[in-house]
Amino acid sequence: MDENLTFFFYDLVTYLLNGLTQGSIYALIALGYTMVYGIIKLINFAHGEFYMIGAFIGYFSITSGMPFLIALPLAMFGAGIIAVIVEKIVYRPIRHAGRIPALITALGTSLFFQYFGQQTIGADPKAFPQAIAVKTYQFGEIYISNIQLIIFGSTFLLMVFLWWLVGHTKIGKAMRATSFDKNAAELMGINTDRIISFTFFVGSAFAGAAGVLVGLYYNTVEPMMGLIPGLKAFVAAVLGGIGIIPGAVLGGLVLGVAENLVVGFWVSTYRDAIAFGILIIILLFKPAGLLGVNRKEKV
Amino acid sequence: MSDPLLHIKDMHVHYGAIHAIHGIDLKVYEGEIVTILGSNGAGKTTTLHSVSGLIPISSGEILFDGKPIQSLPAHKIVSNGIAQSPEGRMVFPDLSIKENLEMGAFLRKDNKGIKEDLEYMYSLFPILKERSKQLAGTLSGGEQQMLAIARAFMAAPKLLLLDEPSLGIAPILVQAIFDAIVEINKKRKMTILLVEQNAYAALKIANRGYVLMTGEISMSGEAKELITNEEIKKAYLGH
Repeated sequence: MDENLTFFFYDLVTYLLNGLTQGSIYALIALGYTMVYGIIKLINFAHGEFYMIGAFIGYFSITSGMPFLIALPLAMFGAGIIAVIVEKIVYRPIRHAGRIPALITALGTSLFFQYFGQQTIGADPKAFPQAIAVKTYQFGEIYISNIQLIIFGSTFLLMVFLWWLVGHTKIGKAMRATSFDKNAAELMGINTDRIISFTFFVGSAFAGAAGVLVGLYYNTVEPMMGLIPGLKAFVAAVLGGIGIIPGAVLGGLVLGVAENLVVGFWVSTYRDAIAFGILIIILLFKPAGLLGVNRKEKV
Repeated sequence: MSDPLLHIKDMHVHYGAIHAIHGIDLKVYEGEIVTILGSNGAGKTTTLHSVSGLIPISSGEILFDGKPIQSLPAHKIVSNGIAQSPEGRMVFPDLSIKENLEMGAFLRKDNKGIKEDLEYMYSLFPILKERSKQLAGTLSGGEQQMLAIARAFMAAPKLLLLDEPSLGIAPILVQAIFDAIVEINKKRKMTILLVEQNAYAALKIANRGYVLMTGEISMSGEAKELITNEEIKKAYLGH
């Protein structure tokens, strides 16, 4: 084989792997975005903050000596519980006030957590402890680390869990019923407030998991860390078709891979511009997102 | 007669500034089919939604089995024994027919009873059995109506509320649906409150009827009397 072509191939695979790693993180955050939107039509701009909260719970757990395998579920649980409290005291009272007030409230909640974090923990980035020793595997000129494999594996397991939960359990069916129409779900005897709390819990627990995994991968955490990944995850969710669970996964992976290909083969400063450029182009041709369909009502 | 199963007492309902229901009284006794007739906007759906707890009432009382239920949330009213097949059917389009029926039985724990009721609904509406794995969104309007009724039945309620089961449905299916309503009432002794614009079809199967006009009850009585009433004939039966 031509030597240039061989190196191009190695580069391509490496960037694809990095892209899939990044994309897995986006997908985990985007899932919560899309689930919350699906159930109460709220663009929860504070969702990135649950990712930050998860990262910090992971940070404090590991620095206090807990093993990673306990820190991860603890971070998920903590992020989930805080989201349930936020939904109950912040979003629920204004649920019927319309979408713009809800959006502004979500922005306010996001800022609250960012600045509350800076005030209490400090604005400086903290070094995330190396809970798992990094090993790098080499295949030809392709490199992949055990941390990347852990990210792929955790993301995959969480997605299978979500697929099972939403598709094959009673509570999952109640979630789908509630997302279609709250009144219709109530008429089944479903306590829709409880289902909404549960959706916030699961979605934010996933974001919390993403936070810990990112801490492990990039080794720093700070209170503003949720801002950009939160926005990107929102882009990913819209890209895939907001409200559609597989769409969030696809959107996240597409975005992560696209960004890393731009970084690898072009200039890294264009990375975010490309992310939003992709969003605009795809939405021009598919306004409902990659997996979105315009539902036709039957009469 | 004994105490009514459902007793609406001087109920007023407001929609924002609109006074939609002006103090109505309505009784449904166990084992009956009672129908509420009236044109669009008379307040029929509002009445059912208030009974189901979806719309709060401004004053008055709703007694079910002698207990006031007007301040309970909607899902609690289902657990008390009132299920509704809502206007516009509202079947869950992304759930299969079987899953829709399972949602109807959401609060039940008696798996054996659920299974029996499922088979009963399949025998009453064979098309639902044939298509049990299909998504409800792919059904025709008439089939969705059957599903909505069957789904409400799956809650095993003491009182079944049916909102306009004939709306926008082919006449041949309307007959099948009304036959099924009678069958559920006779065989399962289920009490039914039926809201209809199709006054003739409704009065033919009902024991008693109420006529609702701009939020007030303008007439009530035995169904066989209402069906021959000249005013009703003129207003609702198209004679």
